[in-house]
Amino acid sequence: MSTIELTGVSHWYGNVVAVNDVTMTIGPGVTGLLGPNGAGKSTILHMISGFLEPSRGTLTVGGAPSWHNPGIYRTLGLVPERDSVYAVLTGLEFVRATAKLHKLADADGAVGRAIAMVDMAAAADRRISTYSKGMRQRIKVAAALVHDPQVLLLDEPFNGMDPRQRLHMMDLLDKLGAEGRTILFSSHILEEVERLSGTIQVVVAGRLAASGDFRAIRRLMTSRPHVFMVRSSDDRLLGATLIGRPAVTGVELTAKGLQVRASDYGAFCREVAVLSREHGIRLLELLPADESLESVFSYLLAS
Amino acid sequence: MSGLFNGTVASITLRATMGRRRALIFALPSVILILVTLALKAAGSASPNWPSVILGTFGFTVVLPLTALIIGTSVLGAEIDDGSIIHLLATPVRRSSVIVTKFVVAAGLTMLLVAVPMLVAGLIATGGATKLAIGLFVGALAGSVIYNALFVMISAVTTRAIAVGLLYVLFWEGLLGNLVSGARELSIGHYSLGIANSIAHDATLHAGLSLTTAVVMGAIVTVATLTVAARRLAHFSLRGDAL
Repeated sequence: MSTIELTGVSHWYGNVVAVNDVTMTIGPGVTGLLGPNGAGKSTILHMISGFLEPSRGTLTVGGAPSWHNPGIYRTLGLVPERDSVYAVLTGLEFVRATAKLHKLADADGAVGRAIAMVDMAAAADRRISTYSKGMRQRIKVAAALVHDPQVLLLDEPFNGMDPRQRLHMMDLLDKLGAEGRTILFSSHILEEVERLSGTIQVVVAGRLAASGDFRAIRRLMTSRPHVFMVRSSDDRLLGATLIGRPAVTGVELTAKGLQVRASDYGAFCREVAVLSREHGIRLLELLPADESLESVFSYLLAS
Repeated sequence: MSGLFNGTVASITLRATMGRRRALIFALPSVILILVTLALKAAGSASPNWPSVILGTFGFTVVLPLTALIIGTSVLGAEIDDGSIIHLLATPVRRSSVIVTKFVVAAGLTMLLVAVPMLVAGLIATGGATKLAIGLFVGALAGSVIYNALFVMISAVTTRAIAVGLLYVLFWEGLLGNLVSGARELSIGHYSLGIANSIAHDATLHAGLSLTTAVVMGAIVTVATLTVAARRLAHFSLRGDAL
């Protein structure tokens, strides 16, 4: 009833392949769809939510194809990424309108429940245009939940939220997942989802690269080595000094400077400054070489 | 048709449309029309045909299509542009119902903001409830319907609805429809004029189409454009990741 199933799904825009032969099954509970920007997360979510036709492959939600099938929205709720809601309406009017569009028998009851679930009762009578980013996100979730869907899709739900709002949202998603709903959300920031339990699907360059348990990924994240490029007045001396420190696991002299691998980001950054001053070395440049999301994800994939 | 009208969609559309700043300029063309009419009336124009020229030509090929363009592209195009349409489409509501409802709202608003002012201008210009004033009013009502069906379709088909619509109004309605007699059969301005003239019977309107042609062609254009619009909306796609 609430399983999302992708079999060999691809999507391309002209010559550009955005999603390449993705096969996955997403069942009840919370699932994170993670990957760097442009990896194809949104394309996958748009296809699941029926707003993009797969170029190839089959995609079903609860056994029914979602493309060109508005009936799917009886069991599916969507929280789109874009922050555009009917800003002239109040939160309450927006959720109530959604309930009416679903032709719910007890619209008022459903509206009250949905608004309470996202903790927006106090602000429900205010116009959405006066809401903060986090409040807009929550009222969008309320609208997506008003018909009590078995499947809830959220595109970058933590974008622009402050840490408190983020925790609140994570708790809500965990709760909805524990109730047996299928919750799928996308995110490009691994740290954002640290508190969530459940599974993740990692998408890199349009392909499904890995899937697994949040906790395992989190362990890898904290213990992963960091690579820095350092240029200084005396690279050889600096390298010799650095290799003596426990936070440093490797040093290499390259044409562009010193490549340093550190196991502890914070400790290395403190020590490199202290050591270079002690030895009279002038630091010219210190760059984290692999902090791009792509490299983080590719590290995770390799492990 | 009534089964296709959705009250909730209508109320959201009406509030979202009138809530935008653009709503202020909806009434601008009609205000200008009335001001020009008042000025000409006061000046005692030399040409006895001026009500036909101002209300018929200027009214039907400039004021009516421009207002319909702004309103017709607002009810759907603005929501597609800013993405809020998603909240409407992520429900089981029929896509044809979304289109028809938005079209009805747009046509209603245009009648209120163009046809009614045109009646007022007609009453002022002709000095009472003359055949010309009534004819122009009825023609404007019909034009409100047909123009909006076209502009709602353009909004569903292209993201540059206002530019495309403006080109259509300027070149097709403004130039070809008046210069090339064969283009009359495909000019919404001329459908409106034809309908207006069936009541007014006024040669100075330069209506080129009979009532039957105007009504039949107008109905075909309305139904055809709305069908295309509904079909396009049923295949509404979100763009994916920035590539």
